[in-house]
Amino acid sequence: MSADGRELVASVLEGLRRAGAHAGDALLVEAESLETRVRGPEIDFVKQARERALGIRAFVAGPGGLSSANTSTSDLSAAAVERMVGATVALARATAPDPAAGLPEGGFATDAPELGLADARDRGAPVEDRIAAARAAEAAARAVDPRIVNSEGSQAGSEFARVVYGSTAGFLGGYETASHGLSCEPIARANGSLQRDSWHSLAHRLADLESPESIGRRAGERALRRLGARRVRTQEVPVIFDPVTAPSLLSHLAACVNGYAIYRETSFLGARRGERVASELVTVVDDGRLPGGLGSRPFDGEGLPTRRTEVLARGRLESWLLDAYSARKLGLAPTGNASRGPASAPSVAPTNLWLLPGEGTLEELVAATPRGLLVTELFGMGFHPVTGDYSRGAAGLWIEGGEIAHPVEEVTIAGNLGAMLASIDAVAADLLWLGRIASPSLRVASMTVAGE
Amino acid sequence: MTDALALLRDRFELDERSLARALDSALERRVDHAELFFEHTTRDSLVLEEGIAKSGDVHVEQGVGVRAQAGERQGYAHSDEVSVESLRVAAATARAICEGTGSAGPVALRGAAVPGRDLYPVGLAPTDVAVEEKRALLDAIDRHARALDPRVRQVMASVVSELRQVLVVASDGTFAADTRPLVRLNVQVVAADGARREVGYQGMGGRFELARLIAPEAWQPLVAEAVRIAVLNLGAVPCPAGTMDVVLGPGWPGVLLHEAVGHGLEGDFNRKGTSAFSERLGQRVAAPGVTVVDDGTLPARRGSLNVDDEGTPTQRTVLIEDGILRGYLQDRLNARLMGVPTTGNGRRESYAHLPMPRMTNTFMLAGNDDPEEILRSVPRGLYAVSFGGGQVDITSGKFVFTANEAYRIEDGRIGAPVKGATLIGNGPDVLLRVSRIGSDLELDRGVGTCGKDGQSVPVGVGLPTLRIDGLTVGGTEG
Repeated sequence: MSADGRELVASVLEGLRRAGAHAGDALLVEAESLETRVRGPEIDFVKQARERALGIRAFVAGPGGLSSANTSTSDLSAAAVERMVGATVALARATAPDPAAGLPEGGFATDAPELGLADARDRGAPVEDRIAAARAAEAAARAVDPRIVNSEGSQAGSEFARVVYGSTAGFLGGYETASHGLSCEPIARANGSLQRDSWHSLAHRLADLESPESIGRRAGERALRRLGARRVRTQEVPVIFDPVTAPSLLSHLAACVNGYAIYRETSFLGARRGERVASELVTVVDDGRLPGGLGSRPFDGEGLPTRRTEVLARGRLESWLLDAYSARKLGLAPTGNASRGPASAPSVAPTNLWLLPGEGTLEELVAATPRGLLVTELFGMGFHPVTGDYSRGAAGLWIEGGEIAHPVEEVTIAGNLGAMLASIDAVAADLLWLGRIASPSLRVASMTVAGE
Repeated sequence: MTDALALLRDRFELDERSLARALDSALERRVDHAELFFEHTTRDSLVLEEGIAKSGDVHVEQGVGVRAQAGERQGYAHSDEVSVESLRVAAATARAICEGTGSAGPVALRGAAVPGRDLYPVGLAPTDVAVEEKRALLDAIDRHARALDPRVRQVMASVVSELRQVLVVASDGTFAADTRPLVRLNVQVVAADGARREVGYQGMGGRFELARLIAPEAWQPLVAEAVRIAVLNLGAVPCPAGTMDVVLGPGWPGVLLHEAVGHGLEGDFNRKGTSAFSERLGQRVAAPGVTVVDDGTLPARRGSLNVDDEGTPTQRTVLIEDGILRGYLQDRLNARLMGVPTTGNGRRESYAHLPMPRMTNTFMLAGNDDPEEILRSVPRGLYAVSFGGGQVDITSGKFVFTANEAYRIEDGRIGAPVKGATLIGNGPDVLLRVSRIGSDLELDRGVGTCGKDGQSVPVGVGLPTLRIDGLTVGGTEG
């Protein structure tokens, strides 16, 4: 972290006090990024950037509470920053006081755990190496089968960021974090119809990325197995989610245990803390200090230490995810889940959220399913947190007699997330981290598949 | 529009000579095209919930993106620091990754080659409206919503204002500036009846003065709609599942066109041959009578632009004419590689992004059928009036969109409201199943945002009442 960054944040906090703010905080993110895409052997684009952005929050005392405002600027000249500090305080004065507004009361992070968020050696990685990796993934995908004829390309990217956060409550901290990714999206063709699919890997350290050859091969195999996909008739069957699609169920769950949804009464789980809401096979953990975790960081968007929170324990709803504001609204303690970018007010988000693995493989799960749908891709936005109603477009593989019978497309799967969580009757051991939210394969006992 | 020019010159203290020098530098190794994109954007919002305008936001974003193209390759570098030195570094980066064999020559800027029109003139920029006025609007909305129905439990409302100023300078002499206002009002209501809760959402906006949203005759019907939908859904029954005839209401259900055909007709996918519509120009892709256009020139619309983000004036492009596929949406790169003119659809989220072919306002022209007669023509099916959003797999052509206000149709009459459900179809054949086209074309209220490759841009859609035979409805009831 640059000393400049700390000085800038400290000067913003000082400026806020001078301008009459009761309290405030500031977040500075400085990032350098590189992104490239290759199609076949040809480079599509190379993109490089340096960016800095400063976010400022001010609280002003008013009758019955604090009023607040958030601002951000990518112009970090001294004059622009000073102007923004003044504008933030002025805007805070114009909003309504809120008894729950304010910084956390205390308990700020004091330690600096080693979370494996970056590898200094990756800084010097030449752009040619990333282009070569993308080319290798592209070649591996096309080598899978002659029917892999085209692609949307293979993309490699790296970002190095320095984060500095400070508040008038006395916290000033920072950390460096890097992320590297490689993805491949090939297209298979047969009988005049096209199918695409993809595979990717994401990690804090280049060395932890899956190899380009493996990414390309998996992507190619996934696109290939979709050739000949067809609809099925409308029916109720068991639905298996693989490690690519199962995390989406945890994303929906996260939206329904988010402290803001709870105090706003917009979550179907709102009244059910302490109750059994899912099958006993379901234990879901949020842990912001998982070593190497893509959502790991030493402190949250308000300076509170990240930690491990059991959201569901053997199906029982144990905890909401909270920042200072939503915790205060609910009369609870924050869980270190304040999420904040420079251009946004703090909100709640999971850090690393996952479903604890069970036993067995996806293949065994399929073999134990007489008839059903293995969902390998979901699309659309058909989930309603307030009711739990669920209806999304799906593609996947049809299971007949415990074996994969044929690929499926142009169907929807529908149910209610509450009933789906309660009827999970199998969880495999194949937990796979493809992002900040991860899950092993799992099976929901029955859902409506709509097709012909 | 000349404001943008003056502001960027004054703010960044760059003159035409230094711009031309930066372009010359980007062209040094013979690229086909080089371009500078300057941007300064101010965005503010005020949010009300629980009866109080809790928080205000202001965000200022500025920077420059430098692009070099050679053949199919693009080099792009962007920086939030705008100076002669940062331009020099960015231009060097862009061209280094983009060596080609294009024709180089000294760059002559053509002067202000902007269209002689302003689709969205505003006297007072929305970002200059006093926050007290916005707060008064939100307070009034809260009171109005709660007075409309005792079942209203929560009201969330927000007003968002944006002023984006862009300048495009390119090696072909392009020198285009644009000042783009954008406003939006969102109202979300939670209604409760016993243990049951439902949400109703409505929004509206466009490229016009905020005064248009602050007028009670504009926001009161919007609030009433949000309350009506929340209360309606309290009584919604499970949605049917399976293939059935579907009638889409006018306006926002045009999101069907956006997903089912719009994305698949973007030039990049078709140049690469990765779209389900690739190489189908001149073929029938829709029923007779179906004409779909993309039009970036509609005054004050959310999806409209004077010039696109490559400095090309926007236009009206016919995509499908009487059922026959007529055109793709193009940016400069894909137009050049496909040997056709650009259609003014090169758009980007900000200076930090590469342009791509994107839609503006996409809609189907009106037909001759009476909307009520269309409903009467369906013995059993679904009438979908409002949608949440959609998504498409360009390559397989499969698309989804999610209804949030829908009814069963029984014996040609509107029946019980059903819970929201996803509808799924196949882009290249869904419009072949259109059997009736209403005379009631409506454009949406100005709330659409389109995502592609991680970039979001504002868009519009429109549709007349439409009957589609045999669409898969993803409910739960047999």
